[in-house]
Amino acid sequence: MENLPQLVPLVVFIPLVGMIINLLWGARLGEQWAGWIGSGAAILSFLVSFLLLTYLTGSNYQSVVVNPPFLDGWLSIGSINLEIPWQQRVDTLSVTMMLVVTGVGSLIHIYAIGYMHGDERFPRFFAFLNMFLVFMLILVTGNNFLMMFVGWEGVGLCSYLLIGFWFDKAKGVGWKNSLAARKAMILNRIGDFGMLMGIFLIFWTFGTLDYYKPGEIANVEYQEHLVAQLTGEHGEAAAPAEGEHGATTTEGEAAAPAAEGEHTEAPVAEGEHGEAAAPAAEGEHAVGPAIPEYVNNDHIATDQLGVFGKAQRMLEDGAEVNFGVVSLPIETVLVLITLFLLLGATGKSAQIPLFVWLPDAMAGPTPVSALIHAATMVTAGVYMMVRSNVLYHNAETTSLVVALIGATTALAAGYIAIGQWDIKRVLAYSTISQLGFMVAAVGIGAYGAAMFHLVTHAFFKALLFLGSGSVIHGVEHGHHDVSHGHDHHHDHDFDPQDMRNMGGLRNKMPITFLTYLVGTLALAGIWPFAGFWSKDEILADAWLSNTAGGYVVLAMLVIAAAFTAFYMWRQIEMVFFGKPRTEAAEHAHESTPAMLWPLVILAFFALLAGFYNVPANAGPFTIFGFFEWLFGGAHSFTVFLEPSVAYAHAGEFQGGIAAVALILALGAILLARRVYGDNKSVTADNTDPLYVNPATRQIWSLANARLYWDETYNRLLEQPFNAIGNFLAHTLDWTFWHDYVHEKVVGRGFNALGDLLSSPVDLGIIDGIVNGLGRLVSWLAGGLRRIQTGYVRTYAITLLLGVVLVIIILLLPMLQSGS
Amino acid sequence: MFQVPTIADLNLGLTLPALSLALGACVLLLLDLFVPRERKEITAWLAMAGIAVSFVLNLAGFNESGTAFLGTFAADQFTGFLNIVILITAFLGVLLSLDYLKRAKIERGEYYVLLLLSAAGMMFMSSANDLIVVFIALELLSIPLYIMATFRAPDLKSEESGMKYFILGAFAGAFFVYGAALVYGATGTTNLPEIFAAVNGIIAAGGSQMFLLLMGTGLILVGLGFKVAVVPFHMWTPDVYEGAPTPVTAFMSVGAKAGGFAGLLRIMVVALPVFVLKDGQTAAAWQQTFWLVAAATLILGNIVAIAQTNVKRMLAYSSIAHAGYIMMAVAAAGTAGVANEATRAALLYLMAYMFTNLGAFGIALAIEKDDGSDTGVDNFIGLAKSKPALAAMMTVFMLSLTGIPLTGGFVGKWFVFKSALDAGLVPLAIIGVLTSVISAFYYVRIIVNMYLKDGEGDPAAGATRYVNWAIYVAFAGTLLMGIFPWIATNLSDTVVLAVEMFVR
Amino acid sequence: MAVLNEWAFIGVFFAVAWVFPFAPIFLARLVAPRKPNPIKQSTYECGVETVGDTWVQFKVQYYIYGLIFLVFDVEMIFLFPWAVAYRELDFFAFAAGFLFIFLLADALIYAWRKDALEWV
Repeated sequence: MENLPQLVPLVVFIPLVGMIINLLWGARLGEQWAGWIGSGAAILSFLVSFLLLTYLTGSNYQSVVVNPPFLDGWLSIGSINLEIPWQQRVDTLSVTMMLVVTGVGSLIHIYAIGYMHGDERFPRFFAFLNMFLVFMLILVTGNNFLMMFVGWEGVGLCSYLLIGFWFDKAKGVGWKNSLAARKAMILNRIGDFGMLMGIFLIFWTFGTLDYYKPGEIANVEYQEHLVAQLTGEHGEAAAPAEGEHGATTTEGEAAAPAAEGEHTEAPVAEGEHGEAAAPAAEGEHAVGPAIPEYVNNDHIATDQLGVFGKAQRMLEDGAEVNFGVVSLPIETVLVLITLFLLLGATGKSAQIPLFVWLPDAMAGPTPVSALIHAATMVTAGVYMMVRSNVLYHNAETTSLVVALIGATTALAAGYIAIGQWDIKRVLAYSTISQLGFMVAAVGIGAYGAAMFHLVTHAFFKALLFLGSGSVIHGVEHGHHDVSHGHDHHHDHDFDPQDMRNMGGLRNKMPITFLTYLVGTLALAGIWPFAGFWSKDEILADAWLSNTAGGYVVLAMLVIAAAFTAFYMWRQIEMVFFGKPRTEAAEHAHESTPAMLWPLVILAFFALLAGFYNVPANAGPFTIFGFFEWLFGGAHSFTVFLEPSVAYAHAGEFQGGIAAVALILALGAILLARRVYGDNKSVTADNTDPLYVNPATRQIWSLANARLYWDETYNRLLEQPFNAIGNFLAHTLDWTFWHDYVHEKVVGRGFNALGDLLSSPVDLGIIDGIVNGLGRLVSWLAGGLRRIQTGYVRTYAITLLLGVVLVIIILLLPMLQSGS
Repeated sequence: MFQVPTIADLNLGLTLPALSLALGACVLLLLDLFVPRERKEITAWLAMAGIAVSFVLNLAGFNESGTAFLGTFAADQFTGFLNIVILITAFLGVLLSLDYLKRAKIERGEYYVLLLLSAAGMMFMSSANDLIVVFIALELLSIPLYIMATFRAPDLKSEESGMKYFILGAFAGAFFVYGAALVYGATGTTNLPEIFAAVNGIIAAGGSQMFLLLMGTGLILVGLGFKVAVVPFHMWTPDVYEGAPTPVTAFMSVGAKAGGFAGLLRIMVVALPVFVLKDGQTAAAWQQTFWLVAAATLILGNIVAIAQTNVKRMLAYSSIAHAGYIMMAVAAAGTAGVANEATRAALLYLMAYMFTNLGAFGIALAIEKDDGSDTGVDNFIGLAKSKPALAAMMTVFMLSLTGIPLTGGFVGKWFVFKSALDAGLVPLAIIGVLTSVISAFYYVRIIVNMYLKDGEGDPAAGATRYVNWAIYVAFAGTLLMGIFPWIATNLSDTVVLAVEMFVR
Repeated sequence: MAVLNEWAFIGVFFAVAWVFPFAPIFLARLVAPRKPNPIKQSTYECGVETVGDTWVQFKVQYYIYGLIFLVFDVEMIFLFPWAVAYRELDFFAFAAGFLFIFLLADALIYAWRKDALEWV
């Protein structure tokens, strides 16, 4: 039990093995095996994550830093004092992310077995999915910013590969998919630039990239509280109880008895550290204290602290950071760092100004949209900012920017979603909007609420995407059935993702409908679904922040929430209610169990997940404390996060705001029902009722045109860029320089001489003689064969690879030892 | 200031065995011009006489040690022992070729000259005390082999074999030179004992010099590893062995390996035994790499050999596998204090392998048709009926290659495994034992074919007088080493190659 | 110069080595006219238009001719300084030179006897 954290490398390793198997032998294994190997890897990884959770609950949430075997001294270059160990961190934050990634991931893997059935690159799809898990888990379990960056880039790569997975589809669709993938890649590179700059700045400022060094306490307040509580329980005589208490309270980083001696930078020492933290060693010591030895980090020298600990100490000391030319106070530097990191987050988490890639990313297969572009990867930015909460908390300027960006994104994307026809595009803008909620939460300092919304959103948005996949699948099959009966030529125009082609699916696909409804209600924030609790917590915290910025954010978010309810209900009406509008929808049928089971399970969580963080004193909303009692206390999730997120605090419940938001959401649903209900969701000329109504025509058209965002970028950036390029290439280089200077000035004289020499003299006389000789020789040699050396090339390449291999093996120990 | 050396400085006496062979080859080239075309066996006899002279000189000077040619050439018991192996190989090689060349109608006097030159190259390799000499010896032993491999021209397979060997060999040779240059860059010398002296300074300094030396070591491993055919530099082996005339294959499968390992042992044990990454370590920096190469060689060689249906190809993979066993000893030499023991083990293994492999190739050659066909594993069916003596000897050779007690192969394996264990390379020793068991599959298959399968016995037309002699010698050697191993071990025990290291 | 140690010189050398091939290409781009025609775009090989496959076999005599020429050429290079300094050299150098001549003579006699010097 106490050695459980040592399992954390497996979380990454298992999907890695799955990926390798599927990459190498996937084609031979066949669909069934490939799919279940991929899914099995995800499930196993989830089980390991769950074991880690049981460890945390059993040990007062003491975090542990683990050195995976074979990788210690990952990046150590002695000569420049660079020391970035490959360490994985088991704490409440990382375990939360692990559970979400592997849990939702497992379900989506299983779903994909059904969804990708029959695809020619089926095994490769699973290999990519597993590869995504590998990088995502590296991202969330790493104990330093460089590992985060490795994962960050890795998931970006997987995203690219998976968006463009159907790059070879016919009729130009494949080309569009490739373009979408490229767009995602390019916009993310802009974000990554910020990320890199942030990391460089962090390294310059703090001399390390580790979040916390082993043995460091993330949340001092929590630790003090814990120690006080434990001392109270046991009294002074709480002597080495060797038994349960000894085991449960003394391990973890703070317990490390060897702390003073071993706070060297050598990774070896950290390895020992981990062992020493194990209770077995504790038991042998027998005299060890029964409570964590340290309640704060005062015993650790400043240069032995991780990034966050050091940042806090530098703030206390009012330190200045020297950049050679200028010295800046630490506060300013923090603002710079956090702004750069924010740029990274806007790329990965699709915020203004870099969000435009996410809607296009829906070109990927739906499981990809669910897993990568809704539930996990896009939340990496939020995770990163929550992980860096110490930095953001102390950079007020940035926080305001973050909050405004998040709220604006939430509002703008929510608005755009109203005007979309593509079922997945609506969800994509919805995802952007919800990510905006999380980012805004980070901006107003509600880190716990941001994480809470991240978790619940992962469930219900994955549910919605998978549901939409099920719908698309059903409609496509319906279309397939129909077009088999009739002619084939209307194939070209049919879009199975266009909601105008749906309608009335409620009866055809009952399970999909019910689960979709649950997801919708959760997303719309209807009591008591998960979304209600998480969204409300963000709103409450915005109110409590008690600043002008906070109120602005609050107002924007409340409106965005109303938009959310509206566009989701519009979608429900268009897809499930009314009469089928096409033959395909008429003939749609329910999906296979492999696709339905994940939906049911996710629906279950979309309903329940919110209860694990119900607020205290919420009156009727918690049925006067009934929910608290039922689900083990108020704000359990925030409390759970506190040990690893120093500034995660639970805001008080604001009944008024909750009521307003709820009423607005319900009102929006009713409005949507009025506009789109009763089988008039799509007008006769195949457009939106809002467009038909002159009063709302402008509003809807603006949303439909996506606020002209892409066009603006196109006009502002792409076109001028192209114009300059064209001018330089055509006008300046070709027209002036080549056509005029070369042709007219240099060319003419040269040509006259050249023509004389080449045509009559060279071709006529010299070539005639030489060519005759050449023909004679080739005639002589005609019958003879060359030595066939076809395979030598292969051998030589193998030899060369061997050389590379040998050199790498030889040099590895040297690089690792850093000598 | 450079002093012009005198003849006395050269210590020519120590170099006599190798030098006599090289000069003998040059003289033979001239003498052959006056040997009539249909009496080329005279050239062969002269070649054997030259080998015998060199052998006698070698035995006479076995216990003398010292350096010659201004320290670039070392003569010691290591040289003496290896020269015995090389000269016997050359001798049996000539014996095997005599009738074969006639049968295949490719008899030319140059063949023997080339064989002598190649053997001289191997002998220079066994006494090389300088990276440049190692390289020259490497080329001297290789280039004649390239030519000999194509000796069946215009047979396409033979030409292809030689061409492949040549191109890839040149490629690998370039790596060796690069490696030597890097080592020179790190240490400032190409002389092996001087490199040894410089290594300690490099360990202390670390950094770029360490990097250069590591790279150099790796590239040297590539160049020589190609010659001895260890994975991943083994790809050429099956094609070349299959295409080359059988006696050439026999000669190069033993000779080139002896030469290559001689160079490898010289460099690793004389120059780099104490080359560790950090002070206080007991395992040389290159040990892990050699370990992995040995393991990969053992596994790949033995497993792929199972799938072969052509005896020459099978023996090619078998020879890759055996290179792995010898490599195991070289890897063991990287542990402090085990170097000499491991060197002796490698030498003993080479000797046992020499007898056994030449014998096995001799029999493969005996059943081969004049046009080079019929070298399949199935051609052994019924051999016990038609040629019981050959079948019995083949059985012994196969058992020896497997490593069954009372054969030379067992003695070799025993010492190699022991040195690996002493060096602490337990997993490698386990891999060695397991792959030996695997190797039984394909060796025993030949025995089964000979004795247990019904079929027309092969007339074994190639089993002529001289071929039989060669096989008898190999057979006697295999059994002698197996039953009276101390004859060989007494000889090998005198070999002290490494400076004994107790302090690091 | 203290700053430029031997490694820095290699660096400079490296940089210059890069500049050398690129500068002419760049200069050529700058001043060369660009007006392609079929004659210009034909493969240029010593002014000769290539005919048929480039993998043709040459008569092996050319090869032997080249080899023998090389042998004597190299011999010249080695023997000339040896002969010039002959008086100052001791027995060692004489022996070494003699060995060299012997090896060359060996090869020459061999080639001669094999009729390699006859032009067929």
